[in-house]
Amino acid sequence: MSFFSFGQSAEIDIVLKDAETRKRVEHKTEDGKKDKYFLLYDGETVSGNVNVTLKNPGKRLEHQGIKMEFIGQIELYYDRGNHHEFVSLVKDLARPGELTQSQAFDFEFTHVEKPYESYTGQNVKLRYFLRATVSRRLNDISKEMDIVVHTLSTYPELNSSIKMEVGIEDCLHIEFEYNKSKYHLKDVIVGKIYFLLVRLKIRHMEIDIIKRETTGTGPNVYHENDTIAKYEIMDGAPVRGESIPIRLFLAGYEMTPTMRDINKKYSVRYYLNLVLIDEEERRYFKQQEITLWRKGDIVKKSMSHQAAIASQRFKGSSSAEKALAQAQAKEQ
Amino acid sequence: MSDPTVADTRRLNSKPQDLTDAYGPPSNFLEIDVYDPQTIGVGRNRFTTYEVRMQTNLPIFKLKDSVVRRRYSDFEWLKNELERDSKIVVPPLPGKALKRQLPFRGDEGIFEDSFIEERRVGLEQFINRLAGHPLAQNERCLHMFLQDESIDRNYIPGKV
Repeated sequence: MSFFSFGQSAEIDIVLKDAETRKRVEHKTEDGKKDKYFLLYDGETVSGNVNVTLKNPGKRLEHQGIKMEFIGQIELYYDRGNHHEFVSLVKDLARPGELTQSQAFDFEFTHVEKPYESYTGQNVKLRYFLRATVSRRLNDISKEMDIVVHTLSTYPELNSSIKMEVGIEDCLHIEFEYNKSKYHLKDVIVGKIYFLLVRLKIRHMEIDIIKRETTGTGPNVYHENDTIAKYEIMDGAPVRGESIPIRLFLAGYEMTPTMRDINKKYSVRYYLNLVLIDEEERRYFKQQEITLWRKGDIVKKSMSHQAAIASQRFKGSSSAEKALAQAQAKEQ
Repeated sequence: MSDPTVADTRRLNSKPQDLTDAYGPPSNFLEIDVYDPQTIGVGRNRFTTYEVRMQTNLPIFKLKDSVVRRRYSDFEWLKNELERDSKIVVPPLPGKALKRQLPFRGDEGIFEDSFIEERRVGLEQFINRLAGHPLAQNERCLHMFLQDESIDRNYIPGKV
């Protein structure tokens, strides 16, 4: 800020268009706190206005230009000096001159590409923000506003189940099955564990969800593992032929979609870890990767369904009902 | 006609369990008892042996019921063999009690009844924890310890 007690300074305030109606979501900050930010999607236009309010109403503010930037960057915690900007857009709001009174400037970045989801992790952070800057000779006045981007997917065409037989020779053989390999964040993992051979004294079995954040490349790859959930699925000793069901609701856990090699800088992957514990506290486990994706909240009705609704306005009710029923049957 | 907005949480299909599997004896029966301590010899050359009885239905053990006599140093030998040859973390043995072997004690030292009982319990816990370990079950030294009449210290270490 200004070191001189005389002279002029200003406060900057960034306001998004439709700020009242736009959805806000919670996002973790680096120090673990949760804050609410405006939610934007890929391809959306980012527009609004910047209010520059002069601190001393009488004096004028000389400046070297006022600009607005939209930035998407990746920050590796161990290399804070280098921010990797993958999106960088600039709009000039005012040419060098002076402000005699507080003023508002409109800005618009049309159809901005936001290819990756906002992520705050253990060793890396990806963030999007708007930055308004009033350039001055000695020191700039700037204001940043973080926004959160979610990447949405639709139901994958191919979503095979995971089914495998594993074990220790002549000691413990199990067959495990999970109903899908790709789950959305509010999905349910439905599965079963079938015991083919049990020559151990098992005390209980649990399923853990592990998040692995990988940063760095080549010889400097670093993995950070975090157990997101531990869910006991069996208490007691099973025998051959027993089948233990699994039903794990993902909505209760804080997870992100699977992120693979984001801008060649980091990955976030999720694994299901099946753990069996015997009477002597020995642990036997099998880890399996799953893909997590984010489903959009917006429910898009199919074209045929929308056409059926539209026809209802023009034709009689019975034919419209038939059209609706046909549309619904086709969707199943 | 399931509602696509609500997830299908029904159990996956599985074979019903065979009744002989459900009600038959479990195939993981393994019990080892360490009991009947006997002090053999006189004076300074005394030592205590324990009876080690193993009952099991695990196919990896040749005998389903075996009885042998072992002393503390035999248990130590087994621990050392496994620490050297296998990758497992071997459970701890009860203490060596060197202080009890020094002269001028008021009591019987290592032949005190309470101490022998303490040691017996520790050895029983040790051998049960060890014999249940899938990797230890592959080692010849464990089978020799549990089921051979005497331990051949010149044996060739290896896997079963």
